[in-house]
Amino acid sequence: MKTLNQTEASTADTENYLTPDVNIYETKDGYVLEAELPGVTKDGLEITVADQKLSIIGRTVATATPGEVLFRERSAANYRRRFGLDPAIDTARITARLDQGVLFLTLPKSEAVKPRQIAVSE
Amino acid sequence: MNLLKWYRPTTTEWTSFGRLTELQSEIERLFDAPLTELTRSSRLLSGWTPALDVYENQDRYIVKAELPGLKKEAIEASLQNDTLTISGERKNESAPKDAATHRSERFFGRFQRTVTLPVPVAADQVVASYQDGILTVTLPKTEAAKPKRIDVAAN
Repeated sequence: MKTLNQTEASTADTENYLTPDVNIYETKDGYVLEAELPGVTKDGLEITVADQKLSIIGRTVATATPGEVLFRERSAANYRRRFGLDPAIDTARITARLDQGVLFLTLPKSEAVKPRQIAVSE
Repeated sequence: MNLLKWYRPTTTEWTSFGRLTELQSEIERLFDAPLTELTRSSRLLSGWTPALDVYENQDRYIVKAELPGLKKEAIEASLQNDTLTISGERKNESAPKDAATHRSERFFGRFQRTVTLPVPVAADQVVASYQDGILTVTLPKTEAAKPKRIDVAAN
């Protein structure tokens, strides 16, 4: 079965994005995707599904630096990552939750493809 | 300032060099990308090193650390003399039961970062807040460490 696969990064894009770290789990009911997007609020999050592709864009809020920079490791760039979707996923029922910089996406499989027990008649 | 993590020095941009600048940025792109990835998540060597910024203004230091997906209670921040230590543990509690794992890139476990501040801070006025996965620690300077304006008297 085709799983969630990362798709090729588009080379036409000029903006540099950070690739968020993700965990992807599959159960018999569907998939769970966790993506680390520190600094991204609900308003900065853009999740789109088109042509069996899932795209996650997380925009960090550009705030004025609170003083002189002594040391900087964090990047001001936005986050983006794209995935190919398992055709079994019911895209209409995908839900998202953001909790302390981690996005939790629940991607249920459609009822038609779920394993089903068939009762044998006498 | 004494910090444990190596970081890439910022480069000055030369806009007047035309093609040469393009070449430079292309070389930087080739070398930079994997290196940045490596330093941002040098987990093979040292576990999790959360990215951290330190800012200074007239009366305080501000430390911001990327700590996505923690519980507030799991973050410890302590100050000893002029050394701030941020530590804690991220546990994998969200993984569904009986699940096949397709990708496992997130780090779970303990982390620690230490920042030595250049001047003493008022330990009793240090404030820490945690929002959107970012920990912000504000450390006011002591009165003695704040810059003083000296009036010049003319006879």
